[in-house]
Amino acid sequence: MTHQLYIATRKGIWIATSNDRKRWTLSEPTFLGTQCHHVVLDPRDRKTLLACSRQWHLGPTVFRSLDGGATWKEAATPPQFPKGDVRERAVDHVFWLSPGHASEPGVWYAGTSPKGLFRSLDHGVTWEPIDGFNNHPDQHKWVGSDKDQTPDGGKLHSIIVDAMDPKRLYLSMSGGGTFTSPDGGASWKPLNSGVAMDFAPPKTDGTEYEYGHDPHCMVQHPGHPDRFWQQNHCGFYRLDRPSETWARVGKNMPSEIGDIGFGVVPHPREVDTAWVFPMDGGGSWPRTPIGGKPAVYMTRDGGGSWQRCDEGFPKEQAWWTVKRQAMCADAGTPAGLYFGTTSGEVWGSTDEAQSFQCLFRHLPHVFAVTYGEPA
Amino acid sequence: MKVLVPTQLRGYTGGAKEVDAAGATLADALVDLDRQFPGFRFRVIDEQDRVRPHILIFVGGERCEDIRTAIPAGAEVFIAGALSGG
Repeated sequence: MTHQLYIATRKGIWIATSNDRKRWTLSEPTFLGTQCHHVVLDPRDRKTLLACSRQWHLGPTVFRSLDGGATWKEAATPPQFPKGDVRERAVDHVFWLSPGHASEPGVWYAGTSPKGLFRSLDHGVTWEPIDGFNNHPDQHKWVGSDKDQTPDGGKLHSIIVDAMDPKRLYLSMSGGGTFTSPDGGASWKPLNSGVAMDFAPPKTDGTEYEYGHDPHCMVQHPGHPDRFWQQNHCGFYRLDRPSETWARVGKNMPSEIGDIGFGVVPHPREVDTAWVFPMDGGGSWPRTPIGGKPAVYMTRDGGGSWQRCDEGFPKEQAWWTVKRQAMCADAGTPAGLYFGTTSGEVWGSTDEAQSFQCLFRHLPHVFAVTYGEPA
Repeated sequence: MKVLVPTQLRGYTGGAKEVDAAGATLADALVDLDRQFPGFRFRVIDEQDRVRPHILIFVGGERCEDIRTAIPAGAEVFIAGALSGG
Protein backbone atom coordinates (compact mmCIF):
# COMPACT_ATOMS: atom_id res chain seq x y z
CA MET A 1 0.00 0.00 0.00
CA THR A 2 1.18 3.49 -0.81
CA HIS A 3 0.79 6.16 1.86
CA GLN A 4 0.90 9.83 0.99
CA LEU A 5 0.89 13.07 2.91
CA TYR A 6 -0.30 16.13 1.04
CA ILE A 7 1.51 19.11 2.51
CA ALA A 8 0.06 22.53 1.69
CA THR A 9 2.20 25.49 2.67
CA ARG A 10 2.45 29.22 2.42
CA LYS A 11 4.71 28.76 -0.59
CA GLY A 12 3.57 25.65 -2.42
CA ILE A 13 2.68 21.99 -2.18
CA TRP A 14 4.80 18.96 -1.44
CA ILE A 15 3.74 15.32 -1.50
CA ALA A 16 5.42 12.79 0.80
CA THR A 17 5.23 9.11 -0.13
CA SER A 18 5.94 5.94 1.83
CA ASN A 19 5.31 2.25 1.51
CA ASP A 20 5.84 1.46 5.18
CA ARG A 21 4.96 4.75 6.97
CA LYS A 22 8.54 4.88 8.24
CA ARG A 23 10.68 5.91 5.27
CA TRP A 24 9.23 8.85 3.40
CA THR A 25 10.35 10.57 0.23
CA LEU A 26 9.43 14.15 -0.57
CA SER A 27 8.39 15.38 -4.00
CA GLU A 28 9.68 18.50 -5.63
CA PRO A 29 7.45 21.50 -4.95
CA THR A 30 4.33 22.27 -6.94
CA PHE A 31 3.02 25.83 -7.25
CA LEU A 32 6.22 27.14 -5.66
CA GLY A 33 5.66 30.64 -4.34
CA THR A 34 1.91 30.21 -4.11
CA GLN A 35 -0.17 30.08 -0.92
CA CYS A 36 -1.92 26.72 -0.78
CA HIS A 37 -4.31 26.21 2.09
CA HIS A 38 -5.53 22.67 1.42
CA VAL A 39 -4.79 19.64 -0.74
CA VAL A 40 -7.11 16.64 -0.56
CA LEU A 41 -7.15 13.24 -2.25
CA ASP A 42 -10.66 12.09 -3.17
CA PRO A 43 -11.26 9.05 -0.95
CA ARG A 44 -13.94 7.82 -3.37
CA ASP A 45 -11.73 7.28 -6.42
CA ARG A 46 -8.35 7.61 -4.65
CA LYS A 47 -7.17 9.34 -7.79
CA THR A 48 -8.45 12.92 -7.94
CA LEU A 49 -6.38 15.47 -6.07
CA LEU A 50 -7.80 18.94 -5.51
CA ALA A 51 -5.70 21.86 -4.33
CA CYS A 52 -6.66 25.43 -3.61
CA SER A 53 -4.12 28.12 -4.28
CA ARG A 54 -3.70 31.85 -4.21
CA GLN A 55 -0.60 33.33 -5.72
CA TRP A 56 0.35 36.54 -3.91
CA HIS A 57 -0.70 38.74 -6.79
CA LEU A 58 -3.31 36.67 -8.53
CA GLY A 59 -6.77 35.61 -7.59
CA PRO A 60 -7.90 32.45 -5.85
CA THR A 61 -8.41 29.24 -7.70
CA VAL A 62 -8.62 25.46 -7.49
CA PHE A 63 -6.44 22.98 -9.36
CA ARG A 64 -7.07 19.31 -10.08
CA SER A 65 -4.65 16.50 -10.75
CA LEU A 66 -5.50 13.02 -12.00
CA ASP A 67 -1.94 11.70 -12.05
CA GLY A 68 -0.78 11.93 -8.47
CA GLY A 69 0.24 15.55 -8.67
CA ALA A 70 2.48 15.25 -11.75
CA THR A 71 0.28 17.63 -13.72
CA TRP A 72 -2.49 20.01 -12.66
CA LYS A 73 -5.33 21.70 -14.48
CA GLU A 74 -7.05 24.82 -13.21
CA ALA A 75 -10.80 24.83 -12.58
CA ALA A 76 -12.70 26.25 -15.53
CA THR A 77 -14.87 28.20 -13.08
CA PRO A 78 -13.19 28.62 -9.68
CA PRO A 79 -15.32 29.43 -6.61
CA GLN A 80 -16.60 32.99 -6.90
CA PHE A 81 -19.53 35.03 -5.68
CA PRO A 82 -22.03 36.14 -8.33
CA LYS A 83 -21.18 39.27 -10.22
CA GLY A 84 -23.30 42.06 -8.83
CA ASP A 85 -23.46 40.49 -5.38
CA VAL A 86 -25.27 43.04 -3.21
CA ARG A 87 -22.48 42.88 -0.62
CA GLU A 88 -19.84 43.12 -3.36
CA ARG A 89 -18.10 40.03 -2.06
CA ALA A 90 -15.14 38.60 -3.91
CA VAL A 91 -13.29 35.45 -2.93
CA ASP A 92 -9.86 36.31 -1.56
CA HIS A 93 -8.72 32.73 -1.07
CA VAL A 94 -10.18 29.27 -1.07
CA PHE A 95 -9.45 27.91 2.38
CA TRP A 96 -11.08 24.50 2.67
CA LEU A 97 -11.92 21.56 0.41
CA SER A 98 -14.19 18.65 1.35
CA PRO A 99 -15.18 15.70 -0.83
CA GLY A 100 -18.91 15.05 -1.03
CA HIS A 101 -20.76 11.96 0.13
CA ALA A 102 -19.59 8.49 -0.92
CA SER A 103 -22.83 8.11 -2.91
CA GLU A 104 -22.17 11.32 -4.87
CA PRO A 105 -18.94 10.91 -6.83
CA GLY A 106 -17.68 14.12 -8.31
CA VAL A 107 -19.31 16.33 -5.68
CA TRP A 108 -16.96 18.59 -3.71
CA TYR A 109 -17.46 21.50 -1.34
CA ALA A 110 -15.22 24.53 -0.82
CA GLY A 111 -15.09 27.13 1.95
CA THR A 112 -13.59 30.53 1.29
CA SER A 113 -12.42 33.79 2.75
CA PRO A 114 -14.47 35.94 2.97
CA LYS A 115 -16.86 33.31 4.23
CA GLY A 116 -18.64 31.57 1.42
CA LEU A 117 -19.79 28.03 0.64
CA PHE A 118 -19.39 26.57 -2.84
CA ARG A 119 -20.13 23.24 -4.50
CA SER A 120 -18.80 21.42 -7.54
CA LEU A 121 -20.75 18.62 -9.21
CA ASP A 122 -18.01 17.74 -11.69
CA HIS A 123 -14.91 16.80 -9.71
CA GLY A 124 -13.86 20.40 -9.12
CA VAL A 125 -13.92 21.62 -12.72
CA THR A 126 -16.72 24.15 -12.17
CA TRP A 127 -18.00 25.62 -8.91
CA GLU A 128 -21.29 27.24 -7.96
CA PRO A 129 -22.13 29.30 -4.87
CA ILE A 130 -24.59 27.72 -2.45
CA ASP A 131 -27.11 30.52 -2.20
CA GLY A 132 -28.97 28.94 0.70
CA PHE A 133 -25.98 29.75 2.85
CA ASN A 134 -24.21 32.65 1.13
CA ASN A 135 -27.43 34.61 0.69
CA HIS A 136 -29.26 33.48 3.81
CA PRO A 137 -31.05 36.54 5.27
CA ASP A 138 -29.07 36.17 8.50
CA GLN A 139 -25.72 35.29 6.95
CA HIS A 140 -24.34 38.80 7.30
CA LYS A 141 -25.07 38.59 11.03
CA TRP A 142 -23.53 35.11 11.31
CA VAL A 143 -20.24 36.11 9.66
CA GLY A 144 -19.96 39.28 11.74
CA SER A 145 -17.97 42.44 11.19
CA ASP A 146 -14.31 43.07 10.46
CA LYS A 147 -13.62 42.44 14.15
CA ASP A 148 -14.99 38.91 13.91
CA GLN A 149 -12.44 37.62 11.40
CA THR A 150 -9.11 35.85 11.61
CA PRO A 151 -6.12 38.10 10.83
CA ASP A 152 -5.91 37.34 7.11
CA GLY A 153 -9.67 37.22 6.65
CA GLY A 154 -12.53 35.17 8.05
CA LYS A 155 -12.64 31.49 7.21
CA LEU A 156 -15.40 29.07 6.33
CA HIS A 157 -14.04 25.64 7.15
CA SER A 158 -14.78 22.15 8.48
CA ILE A 159 -17.36 21.39 5.81
CA ILE A 160 -18.79 17.97 6.65
CA VAL A 161 -21.19 15.89 4.60
CA ASP A 162 -22.86 13.51 7.05
CA ALA A 163 -21.72 9.98 6.30
CA MET A 164 -25.29 8.79 6.99
CA ASP A 165 -27.12 11.41 4.92
CA PRO A 166 -25.72 13.25 1.89
CA LYS A 167 -28.20 16.08 2.42
CA ARG A 168 -27.08 16.76 5.97
CA LEU A 169 -24.26 19.31 5.95
CA TYR A 170 -22.23 20.91 8.70
CA LEU A 171 -19.79 23.80 8.57
CA SER A 172 -17.92 26.11 10.89
CA MET A 173 -16.76 29.68 10.58
CA SER A 174 -14.03 31.66 12.30
CA GLY A 175 -15.74 33.61 13.58
CA GLY A 176 -19.40 32.92 13.32
CA GLY A 177 -19.90 29.48 14.79
CA THR A 178 -21.10 26.10 13.60
CA PHE A 179 -24.17 25.58 11.42
CA THR A 180 -26.04 22.63 9.97
CA SER A 181 -28.33 22.08 7.02
CA PRO A 182 -30.79 19.18 6.62
CA ASP A 183 -31.41 19.76 2.92
CA GLY A 184 -28.16 19.98 1.04
CA GLY A 185 -27.53 23.60 1.88
CA ALA A 186 -30.93 25.15 1.19
CA SER A 187 -31.62 26.00 4.83
CA TRP A 188 -29.38 26.36 7.86
CA LYS A 189 -29.50 26.74 11.60
CA PRO A 190 -26.84 27.38 14.26
CA LEU A 191 -25.40 24.47 16.25
CA ASN A 192 -23.50 26.17 19.04
CA SER A 193 -25.32 25.32 22.25
CA GLY A 194 -22.89 24.62 25.07
CA VAL A 195 -19.98 26.37 23.39
CA ALA A 196 -18.28 29.18 25.30
CA MET A 197 -17.83 32.65 23.87
CA ASP A 198 -15.44 34.25 26.32
CA PHE A 199 -14.84 37.23 24.04
CA ALA A 200 -18.40 38.50 24.53
CA PRO A 201 -20.18 39.49 27.74
CA PRO A 202 -22.86 37.14 29.07
CA LYS A 203 -26.25 37.95 27.62
CA THR A 204 -28.34 39.91 30.05
CA ASP A 205 -31.26 37.49 29.79
CA GLY A 206 -29.02 34.57 30.74
CA THR A 207 -29.45 32.72 27.47
CA GLU A 208 -26.65 31.50 25.23
CA TYR A 209 -25.46 33.22 22.11
CA GLU A 210 -26.86 31.39 19.09
CA TYR A 211 -23.92 32.25 16.85
CA GLY A 212 -20.76 34.33 16.74
CA HIS A 213 -18.53 31.64 18.24
CA ASP A 214 -15.07 30.77 16.99
CA PRO A 215 -14.77 27.08 16.14
CA HIS A 216 -11.25 26.36 14.89
CA CYS A 217 -11.86 22.84 13.62
CA MET A 218 -14.76 20.38 13.68
CA VAL A 219 -14.62 16.73 12.64
CA GLN A 220 -17.04 13.83 12.39
CA HIS A 221 -15.76 10.42 13.43
CA PRO A 222 -15.21 8.39 10.24
CA GLY A 223 -16.76 5.21 11.61
CA HIS A 224 -19.19 6.56 14.20
CA PRO A 225 -20.95 9.42 12.46
CA ASP A 226 -22.92 10.55 15.51
CA ARG A 227 -19.67 11.58 17.20
CA PHE A 228 -18.30 15.06 16.55
CA TRP A 229 -15.30 16.81 18.05
CA GLN A 230 -14.66 20.53 17.99
CA GLN A 231 -11.54 22.47 18.84
CA ASN A 232 -12.72 25.99 19.53
CA HIS A 233 -11.04 29.27 20.35
CA CYS A 234 -12.74 28.80 23.71
CA GLY A 235 -12.18 25.16 24.55
CA PHE A 236 -12.45 21.62 23.29
CA TYR A 237 -15.86 19.98 22.84
CA ARG A 238 -17.67 16.73 22.04
CA LEU A 239 -21.10 16.37 20.47
CA ASP A 240 -23.08 13.14 20.24
CA ARG A 241 -25.91 13.51 17.77
CA PRO A 242 -28.85 13.82 17.77
CA SER A 243 -27.99 16.03 20.75
CA GLU A 244 -27.55 19.67 19.81
CA THR A 245 -25.48 20.60 22.86
CA TRP A 246 -21.71 20.44 22.91
CA ALA A 247 -19.93 19.23 26.05
CA ARG A 248 -16.66 20.93 26.98
CA VAL A 249 -14.55 17.83 27.59
CA GLY A 250 -11.44 20.00 27.36
CA LYS A 251 -12.17 20.95 30.96
CA ASN A 252 -10.66 17.56 31.82
CA MET A 253 -7.28 18.59 30.41
CA PRO A 254 -4.58 19.47 32.96
CA SER A 255 -5.22 23.04 34.07
CA GLU A 256 -1.65 24.10 33.26
CA ILE A 257 -2.18 22.95 29.66
CA GLY A 258 -5.71 24.14 29.00
CA ASP A 259 -7.85 23.26 26.02
CA ILE A 260 -6.94 25.84 23.39
CA GLY A 261 -5.64 24.82 19.98
CA PHE A 262 -6.49 24.58 16.31
CA GLY A 263 -6.76 21.00 15.10
CA VAL A 264 -8.45 17.81 16.27
CA VAL A 265 -8.10 14.34 14.78
CA PRO A 266 -10.39 11.40 15.52
CA HIS A 267 -9.05 7.86 15.69
CA PRO A 268 -9.92 6.01 12.46
CA ARG A 269 -11.88 3.31 14.35
CA GLU A 270 -12.17 3.97 18.09
CA VAL A 271 -15.05 6.31 18.80
CA ASP A 272 -13.68 7.63 22.09
CA THR A 273 -10.12 8.26 20.93
CA ALA A 274 -8.97 11.60 19.58
CA TRP A 275 -5.84 13.74 19.47
CA VAL A 276 -5.37 17.47 19.91
CA PHE A 277 -2.37 19.77 20.03
CA PRO A 278 -2.89 22.24 22.89
CA MET A 279 -1.39 25.69 22.55
CA ASP A 280 -0.93 28.70 24.76
CA GLY A 281 -4.11 30.76 24.87
CA GLY A 282 -3.07 32.98 27.77
CA GLY A 283 -1.75 36.52 27.86
CA SER A 284 -1.18 37.68 24.32
CA TRP A 285 -2.37 34.35 22.92
CA PRO A 286 0.92 33.19 21.42
CA ARG A 287 -0.65 29.94 20.23
CA THR A 288 2.61 28.09 20.77
CA PRO A 289 3.31 24.94 22.80
CA ILE A 290 2.85 25.64 26.48
CA GLY A 291 6.26 26.59 27.86
CA GLY A 292 7.88 25.84 24.51
CA LYS A 293 7.41 22.12 25.18
CA PRO A 294 5.34 20.55 22.38
CA ALA A 295 2.91 17.78 23.21
CA VAL A 296 -0.02 16.03 21.61
CA TYR A 297 -2.77 15.13 24.05
CA MET A 298 -4.82 11.99 23.54
CA THR A 299 -8.08 10.86 25.03
CA ARG A 300 -9.25 7.26 24.88
CA ASP A 301 -12.43 7.79 26.88
CA GLY A 302 -14.33 10.42 25.00
CA GLY A 303 -12.53 13.34 26.60
CA GLY A 304 -12.92 12.16 30.19
CA SER A 305 -9.16 12.00 30.65
CA TRP A 306 -6.09 12.94 28.64
CA GLN A 307 -2.62 11.50 28.14
CA ARG A 308 0.38 13.67 27.32
CA CYS A 309 2.26 12.38 24.26
CA ASP A 310 5.63 14.07 23.76
CA GLU A 311 8.12 11.29 23.09
CA GLY A 312 10.43 12.44 20.31
CA PHE A 313 9.56 16.13 20.51
CA PRO A 314 12.00 18.83 21.61
CA LYS A 315 11.99 19.13 25.40
CA GLU A 316 12.32 22.90 25.36
CA GLN A 317 12.48 26.00 23.16
CA ALA A 318 10.06 24.82 20.47
CA TRP A 319 7.63 27.59 19.64
CA TRP A 320 5.86 26.51 16.50
CA THR A 321 2.15 26.42 15.86
CA VAL A 322 0.08 23.60 14.37
CA LYS A 323 -2.76 25.01 12.30
CA ARG A 324 -6.28 23.66 11.95
CA GLN A 325 -5.80 21.63 8.75
CA ALA A 326 -2.30 20.55 9.66
CA MET A 327 -3.08 17.39 11.70
CA CYS A 328 -4.34 14.12 10.27
CA ALA A 329 -4.41 10.39 10.87
CA ASP A 330 -4.08 7.37 8.63
CA ALA A 331 -6.19 4.22 8.94
CA GLY A 332 -3.36 1.90 9.92
CA THR A 333 -3.15 -0.49 12.85
CA PRO A 334 -1.89 1.03 14.99
CA ALA A 335 -3.04 4.34 13.59
CA GLY A 336 -0.54 6.87 12.36
CA LEU A 337 -0.73 10.55 13.27
CA TYR A 338 0.91 13.36 11.32
CA PHE A 339 1.16 17.11 11.62
CA GLY A 340 2.96 20.06 10.12
CA THR A 341 4.20 23.20 11.81
CA THR A 342 4.46 26.87 11.05
CA SER A 343 8.24 26.42 11.16
CA GLY A 344 8.11 24.03 8.22
CA GLU A 345 8.49 20.69 9.94
CA VAL A 346 6.36 17.60 9.43
CA TRP A 347 6.15 15.12 12.28
CA GLY A 348 4.76 11.59 12.26
CA SER A 349 3.87 8.76 14.60
CA THR A 350 3.00 5.20 13.67
CA ASP A 351 2.10 4.10 17.19
CA GLU A 352 -0.92 6.26 17.93
CA ALA A 353 1.15 9.19 19.25
CA GLN A 354 3.25 7.19 21.71
CA SER A 355 6.35 8.40 19.89
CA PHE A 356 7.06 10.90 17.12
CA GLN A 357 9.80 11.48 14.63
CA CYS A 358 10.45 14.50 12.47
CA LEU A 359 9.86 13.43 8.88
CA PHE A 360 10.83 16.67 7.14
CA ARG A 361 12.35 20.00 8.01
CA HIS A 362 12.94 23.27 6.22
CA LEU A 363 9.63 23.50 4.39
CA PRO A 364 7.68 26.77 4.34
CA HIS A 365 5.01 27.55 6.95
CA VAL A 366 2.68 24.54 6.82
CA PHE A 367 -1.02 25.28 6.43
CA ALA A 368 -2.32 21.72 5.95
CA VAL A 369 -1.32 18.07 6.07
CA THR A 370 -3.81 15.51 4.80
CA TYR A 371 -3.42 11.77 4.35
CA GLY A 372 -4.37 9.57 1.41
CA GLU A 373 -3.88 6.12 -0.04
CA PRO A 374 -3.74 6.60 -3.81
CA ALA A 375 -4.99 3.76 -6.00
CA MET B 1 -2.81 46.23 -28.90
CA LYS B 2 0.32 44.95 -27.25
CA VAL B 3 -0.06 43.55 -23.72
CA LEU B 4 3.00 43.12 -21.51
CA VAL B 5 2.57 40.15 -19.21
CA PRO B 6 4.28 39.85 -15.78
CA THR B 7 6.07 36.67 -14.74
CA GLN B 8 3.19 35.71 -12.47
CA LEU B 9 0.86 35.33 -15.45
CA ARG B 10 3.15 33.76 -18.00
CA GLY B 11 1.95 30.30 -17.05
CA TYR B 12 -1.22 31.28 -18.86
CA THR B 13 0.48 32.70 -21.95
CA GLY B 14 2.76 29.77 -22.59
CA GLY B 15 5.67 31.76 -21.26
CA ALA B 16 5.10 34.74 -23.54
CA LYS B 17 5.94 38.07 -21.94
CA GLU B 18 4.21 40.02 -24.67
CA VAL B 19 0.91 39.10 -26.34
CA ASP B 20 -1.65 40.77 -28.57
CA ALA B 21 -5.23 41.49 -27.62
CA ALA B 22 -8.17 43.24 -29.22
CA GLY B 23 -10.75 45.53 -27.69
CA ALA B 24 -11.89 49.11 -27.38
CA THR B 25 -11.75 49.05 -23.58
CA LEU B 26 -9.69 47.31 -20.94
CA ALA B 27 -12.72 45.13 -20.21
CA ASP B 28 -12.88 44.06 -23.84
CA ALA B 29 -9.15 43.37 -23.93
CA LEU B 30 -9.40 41.19 -20.81
CA VAL B 31 -12.22 39.19 -22.39
CA ASP B 32 -10.05 38.66 -25.44
CA LEU B 33 -7.09 37.66 -23.29
CA ASP B 34 -9.27 35.17 -21.43
CA ARG B 35 -10.47 33.74 -24.75
CA GLN B 36 -6.87 33.22 -25.82
CA PHE B 37 -5.56 32.18 -22.41
CA PRO B 38 -8.36 30.61 -20.34
CA GLY B 39 -8.31 31.64 -16.69
CA PHE B 40 -6.23 34.77 -17.31
CA ARG B 41 -8.95 37.31 -16.52
CA PHE B 42 -10.01 35.93 -13.13
CA ARG B 43 -6.45 36.01 -11.89
CA VAL B 44 -6.33 39.75 -12.60
CA ILE B 45 -9.91 40.92 -12.04
CA ASP B 46 -12.24 39.72 -9.30
CA GLU B 47 -15.87 38.68 -9.76
CA GLN B 48 -17.03 42.24 -9.10
CA ASP B 49 -14.84 43.55 -11.96
CA ARG B 50 -12.28 45.10 -9.62
CA VAL B 51 -8.57 44.96 -10.36
CA ARG B 52 -7.08 42.62 -7.77
CA PRO B 53 -5.28 44.34 -4.88
CA HIS B 54 -1.77 43.27 -5.85
CA ILE B 55 -2.13 43.73 -9.59
CA LEU B 56 -1.26 46.97 -11.36
CA ILE B 57 -2.55 47.77 -14.85
CA PHE B 58 -1.31 50.66 -16.95
CA VAL B 59 -3.01 51.72 -20.18
CA GLY B 60 -0.83 53.94 -22.33
CA GLY B 61 1.37 54.53 -19.29
CA GLU B 62 -1.50 55.61 -17.04
CA ARG B 63 -2.46 53.59 -13.97
CA CYS B 64 -5.92 52.13 -14.46
CA GLU B 65 -8.33 50.78 -11.84
CA ASP B 66 -11.52 50.89 -13.92
CA ILE B 67 -11.84 48.21 -16.55
CA ARG B 68 -14.28 50.41 -18.48
CA THR B 69 -11.30 52.59 -19.45
CA ALA B 70 -10.99 53.10 -23.21
CA ILE B 71 -7.74 52.01 -24.84
CA PRO B 72 -6.46 54.67 -27.24
CA ALA B 73 -5.19 53.56 -30.61
CA GLY B 74 -1.58 52.44 -30.37
CA ALA B 75 -1.57 52.29 -26.58
CA GLU B 76 0.09 49.41 -24.73
CA VAL B 77 -1.42 47.59 -21.79
CA PHE B 78 1.19 46.92 -19.10
CA ILE B 79 0.25 44.47 -16.36
CA ALA B 80 2.51 44.20 -13.32
CA GLY B 81 2.62 42.41 -10.01
CA ALA B 82 2.53 45.06 -7.28
CA LEU B 83 4.94 44.97 -4.34
CA SER B 84 3.68 42.04 -2.36
CA GLY B 85 4.49 38.82 -0.61
CA GLY B 86 7.57 37.97 1.39
